[in-house]
Amino acid sequence: MLDWSYRLSDFLLFSPRVYWRMFELHNEALWPLPLATLALGIAMLILVILRPRRSGRWIAIVLAILWALVGWSFLWHRYAAINWAAFYIAPFFGLQALLLLVGGLLDRLRFDQSGVRHAAGCGLVTFALVGYPLLAPLSGRPWAGAEIFGITPDPTAIATLGFLVFVRAKMALLLMPIPILWCVISSTTLLAMDAWVGWIPAAAGLLALAALALRHRVSDETVQPGR
Amino acid sequence: MTFRPLTRRAVLAGGAALAASPLALPLRAQASQVLTRAIPSSGETISAVGLGTWITFNVGDDPVLRDECAAVMAAFFEDGGRMIDSSPMYGSSQPVIGYGLAKLGDAPVFSADKVWTSSDGPAQIEQSRQYWGVPRFDLLQVHNLLAWQDHLKTLYAMKEAGQLRYVGITTSEGRRHDLFEEIMRTEPLDFVQLTYNIVDREVEERLLPLAQDRGMAVIVNRPFQQGDLTRDLEGEPLPDWAAEIGAASWAQFILKFILSHPAVTVAIPATSRVDHVRENLAAATGPLPDQAMRRRMAAYVEQL
Repeated sequence: MLDWSYRLSDFLLFSPRVYWRMFELHNEALWPLPLATLALGIAMLILVILRPRRSGRWIAIVLAILWALVGWSFLWHRYAAINWAAFYIAPFFGLQALLLLVGGLLDRLRFDQSGVRHAAGCGLVTFALVGYPLLAPLSGRPWAGAEIFGITPDPTAIATLGFLVFVRAKMALLLMPIPILWCVISSTTLLAMDAWVGWIPAAAGLLALAALALRHRVSDETVQPGR
Repeated sequence: MTFRPLTRRAVLAGGAALAASPLALPLRAQASQVLTRAIPSSGETISAVGLGTWITFNVGDDPVLRDECAAVMAAFFEDGGRMIDSSPMYGSSQPVIGYGLAKLGDAPVFSADKVWTSSDGPAQIEQSRQYWGVPRFDLLQVHNLLAWQDHLKTLYAMKEAGQLRYVGITTSEGRRHDLFEEIMRTEPLDFVQLTYNIVDREVEERLLPLAQDRGMAVIVNRPFQQGDLTRDLEGEPLPDWAAEIGAASWAQFILKFILSHPAVTVAIPATSRVDHVRENLAAATGPLPDQAMRRRMAAYVEQL
């Protein structure tokens, strides 16, 4: 039976100080890999904009590798030390990596949507790559604790959602649930810590879903123009 | 519980942390003066202020924060504290306690932990023991009554075999008090752990008197409502008459109220700061409020 007397903060196992220091320790442990993953993210964004042949395959495979890396190195080996629930979440990152890998190997991911979706996708990816690391200094935390795409879950999930906005609906619907789920978990955790940045992952997830819904509507109109 | 001297290194570590704290000096206890209470089932005495580890000791592998926790433990033992309480639910708190105990050497710890699983209790208990690095636990409690029938059987058997000294159950923030009371009435428990403070006083009605009747020691958790209570009060003036009971801060005011209830054995505030742990232990020195003063204290807080 559910006990409704619990508050959100009752499920928080750690202090904000411990949580934020975790990113400093993780960046330090993996340095200079954060620079490499950030460069990969920028390269993928350029590929999506320029659309050379076969680029979709490589974007999907690189995203798969980064989801596996974040799930294994951050969730399993870092975050789970202070939050045992991370042990149960990490396999979902593995599953996301597998889905992206299969999609990439089968060449089923075409990042070819345009118009509003293109703009929304570019916006989400750019924010994840450039804006998310800025949240540390904007929140009064050191640069060393910046959350970097491909290293920590939030910017990785948000950038992935941004890339998926470029993809046709069926594949996006298959690949979006886990990043969306992570955004919900992260927002819940951050809001329980009274961190203003807690609204950001949820807002990014909603924006991605809205862009996807817009694409559905536009696609339907395209298929049935006389309706 | 074994009482052995702390290493000089450990004391120096605690002292260094103390020196860095501007609040610590006037709020410091002399270890010999810390109030002790008897555990009813054995007569063994224990310091009336212990150390909780919920959230505060869950610092993962962070080497800086692990050392800070060890400094808190050093100050705690140096000022006369004995009981440290944890749970498998508290993330990395158990290995962090183990780190501190190993760093401090032979600390006079009264080890209190919990079993919190719906399946293999003995395996979890053994894992917890290894994290702490102790030969056996002094006290094991069934955390929040989870699978309590099976776990109590296990704990009684461990006690019978000399692998454990005391058995208890826990709840927090007023949850499942009816079942808690039923278990207290039917099981031969040494300890019960529950939430009690100057604004959460429901347990005064039934559970605290029952613990006295049944000869059970009482551990009080969340004395500061996980810091919410002291944060709410910090902008309010401490009444002048708080000096009559030796309370120099709101934390001491609250702790003295808790400790003045005759059923209470140990209160276990959690902290990650050396000055706070010393301040908490200092609350277990000097006079405690009598009944009239308790009423005055509660009324004062209520009107704020």
